Amino acid sequence: MDAHRQVSAAACAYLVSEMIQHFMARIRTAADLEITLHRTGQCVGAKVYELVSAREKSGRRESGIVEVLQFISITCWKCLFGKVADSLERSTDSETEFMIHDARPMTNRFISLPPSLGQLNCASYIAGIVAGMLACAQFVGLLVLVIY
Amino acid sequence: GNPARGHDGAVMGSGQFLQLLIINKAGGLIYNQNLSPGAPQLGSNDWLRIGSTFHSLYAIMMQIAPEASKGIQKLETETFKLECFQTLTGLKFVLTASAGLVQPTLEAVIRQIYELYADYVLKNPFYELDMPIRCELFTKHVTSLIDSYHASSSSYSGSKNVAGRS
Repeated sequence: MDAHRQVSAAACAYLVSEMIQHFMARIRTAADLEITLHRTGQCVGAKVYELVSAREKSGRRESGIVEVLQFISITCWKCLFGKVADSLERSTDSETEFMIHDARPMTNRFISLPPSLGQLNCASYIAGIVAGMLACAQFVGLLVLVIY
Repeated sequence: GNPARGHDGAVMGSGQFLQLLIINKAGGLIYNQNLSPGAPQLGSNDWLRIGSTFHSLYAIMMQIAPEASKGIQKLETETFKLECFQTLTGLKFVLTASAGLVQPTLEAVIRQIYELYADYVLKNPFYELDMPIRCELFTKHVTSLIDSYHASSSSYSGSKNVAGRS
């Protein structure tokens, strides 16, 4: 996306905060909140993947899983968060397991968790975005986990 | 003269921040934090009482001033000084420091604390407005802000040298 098309971090933070409050009104447990955030992220991820492919690569699509993940962790991350992901790694245990590391996810920047929701990780929204992107890239059925 | 001593008996250095209070628009105390070991160690009920009393005094000041007044902004005594900043929404930030603190100005520090509040309290989805503030990121950032001022002020006082030679 163009460099001058920027959104303030404060505006994003307020949107994320309001989204979480909106879900909190309907959801009891931390686990359900994470699932809902994940599902919401998927809707965003699919659309952003299309948009970034069109803008950055003139519609050319990657077909290998490693290339797709590199596209996500570098180009899409830059468009969404203004920085690239810290690293993309392949798991030593399994050939089909990969990890995208982000030490300071944008969603968690201003959030202090109350003791009753100590297990919650709001970056599951970002995990959902990645899942949506992978689905859009035709890699369905992959599990996306959050690493922090 | 005798050096000023804090509540823990230690000599107050070249100036230390003592206490931060945040009072909501109804007069209830929603946050208080000791900023140095020499600060008075009062119970939470005492701080609640102090917060609401200050809130009432503030309102009285606005009424008895001969011209339109913005309430209490500064209060200075021989041993400490106090600065109060009221936001447009009626929230009051109250910062106290020992009298020896010259730099930075309390007003500048209170503004920075207000920015930290706008970031780590207001952008927190789990915080309800006007309720007690229990956001660990806010506490952490206030502590590190005040500690950085204490550290730089003690290094400044340590490097004072006598000027002028005959």
